[in-house]
Amino acid sequence: MASDKSRLGLILLMAPLAIWLMTLIVLPHVGMFLVSLQEKVGIRQYETSLANYAVFFNEPLYWNTFARTAYMSITATVLTLLIGFPVAYYIAKLTRGRTKTTLFLMCLIPFWVSELVRTFGWMILLRETGVLSSFLQYIGVLAGPVEFLYNDAAIMTGLVYTSMLFMVVPLVTTLDSLDDSLIEAGYDLGGSSFSILREIVIPHAMPGIVSGCIVVFMLSLGNYLTPILLGGKDSLWFTGLIYDQFITRFNWELGSAFGFLLLGLSSLIVFLALKLSGQSLGKTMGR
Amino acid sequence: MPDNADLECRAISKSFDDFQAVKEVSFDVPPGTFFSILGPSGCGKTTLLRMIAGFQAPSGGDLLIKGKSMLNVPPNKRPVSMVFQHLALFPMMSIGANVGFGLRQRGVNKVDIKKQVERVLERVGLGGVADRPVDSLSGGQKQRVAIARCMVLEPDVLLLDEPLGALDLKLREHMKIELKKLQSEFNTTFVYITHDQSEALVMSDQIAVMNHGVFEQVGTARELYYHPTTAFVAGFVGEANKYQAKVQVAGAGSLQLLTRDGVALQGVDAGEGLKEGDMTQVFVRPEAVRLSRRQEDIGNLGNTGNGTVESVLFNGANSQLILRDSATGSEMSVALPQTSEFRDLSKGDPIFFGWEPDQTRCYRQAAG
Repeated sequence: MASDKSRLGLILLMAPLAIWLMTLIVLPHVGMFLVSLQEKVGIRQYETSLANYAVFFNEPLYWNTFARTAYMSITATVLTLLIGFPVAYYIAKLTRGRTKTTLFLMCLIPFWVSELVRTFGWMILLRETGVLSSFLQYIGVLAGPVEFLYNDAAIMTGLVYTSMLFMVVPLVTTLDSLDDSLIEAGYDLGGSSFSILREIVIPHAMPGIVSGCIVVFMLSLGNYLTPILLGGKDSLWFTGLIYDQFITRFNWELGSAFGFLLLGLSSLIVFLALKLSGQSLGKTMGR
Repeated sequence: MPDNADLECRAISKSFDDFQAVKEVSFDVPPGTFFSILGPSGCGKTTLLRMIAGFQAPSGGDLLIKGKSMLNVPPNKRPVSMVFQHLALFPMMSIGANVGFGLRQRGVNKVDIKKQVERVLERVGLGGVADRPVDSLSGGQKQRVAIARCMVLEPDVLLLDEPLGALDLKLREHMKIELKKLQSEFNTTFVYITHDQSEALVMSDQIAVMNHGVFEQVGTARELYYHPTTAFVAGFVGEANKYQAKVQVAGAGSLQLLTRDGVALQGVDAGEGLKEGDMTQVFVRPEAVRLSRRQEDIGNLGNTGNGTVESVLFNGANSQLILRDSATGSEMSVALPQTSEFRDLSKGDPIFFGWEPDQTRCYRQAAG
């Protein structure tokens, strides 16, 4: 009887999660998958085929857009890591008490504002008549107004800025758990700052680095607002293509196929990156 | 000052904002010595050790290792190694990689590193474990790996920061002997800090007792125990019964005292130059007190009294008797000899006690 009761309890506890997973994740994806397999052969006439997927591989524009999106996202991830690591190290290891809380909060505060507002903020800074352009003219570096928006550097800036928190938080958490005496022991045994970073700090922070990188990569790849607003019409971002298929072209079949390709290919990239760095998802999440 | 000291501190000080942790401490440690710094927590011993290791810069004074000043030498360039309180073994490396870390930093080639690591692990009794992860070792084995990791670098001075604190009692007793053995085997100068007097007394050649940032006394375990020069050392090293008394008559080497409770005692001046009318602190070791059931047995001792047994704290050879003095009503702890004479003592039994005047050390009562 008792086991029946505890079983019922378990079922009730799991029910919200199961319902959430089913209705919001599994069902839409199954629906999307079925739509993606439909090939339009005439008005309201469909056949089951992989033609939509073939379009992706046969049309260089789509292919290249995906490759460009993946490449830009990887670059954004690496840049975020390079900027985020020293910030996280400073917060976790070199500050204490109130300063630490304040700095951590300062990383967090920009995320209280919606992503849209933050991106518009960057547009105010970078546009032709914006703050940066005016300032450079004022101090005499530039002769006339310059448009800083609508290029890859602007997209990159936006992506790194948007992702920073998701890199800093896991890094601060793992670096916090690194015992200071390990670093001191490293110095005591004759290690240089570089060798201690390489042999002690980075191996310890690896789970944080991996989880931060996965989150940042996925967020960048799936980002829509930042590339469109800061990159303009020519941003050529893969999520932009999906949006076009669904909203502009009403071609839900191709849009669904693109959605699935994005899911599959990004998972493949994460998988390869984990293999290359010798990490496993279980090890990363388990710690 | 001997020129050949491995480690020498000259009036070394350290101040934090408005607090002076170490006040002009001077000492030197001859080569091959097991030197302990013993003190209660907060006495500045950790700060002193961290200054020697180079993690904290002294605010004043000089620090010399093998005659060379270390003031501007960063910790990774000093010929000292440190065994940390929680050992600080690198969990991300195998045991061999841990021990070889320092050699790798020196750019020794791989074959030699492997050889030296294996040799030093064998010396600490852990041959053939180099490829295993650190977590596969027990507490005592980790301790030995931490020492091996330092000793492989052949430092001039090995610093140990209460490394036995995290071990359980049995293992701690065992490691005390082992540490002493390792020290004489490697013949390296050890500087060991601890708050545990038994660790310091058992292992050390020289002990410095530290309190409030200064060395109260430096000497061998015996000197500290039998001839403490300050009241703090007398109270901190070993057990002692404490009294407060006023000097009635100050003779040559011996004093006539009157305690607060009005008991007359005879004692000796512990080198403080006590005069008539001075307030003193009087220390009597529990094992200096003789017990008897008959008054005649203790009649010839300088200080005598009688009382009743308050409780018997049985602990094998270290058993103690707490008795209540009939004259003053105060408690006194006495080492209980494990002879058949006292085996049946129980609470409430009358008992006579006494001790020699030269076991009664008197120190000037601090003002206030």
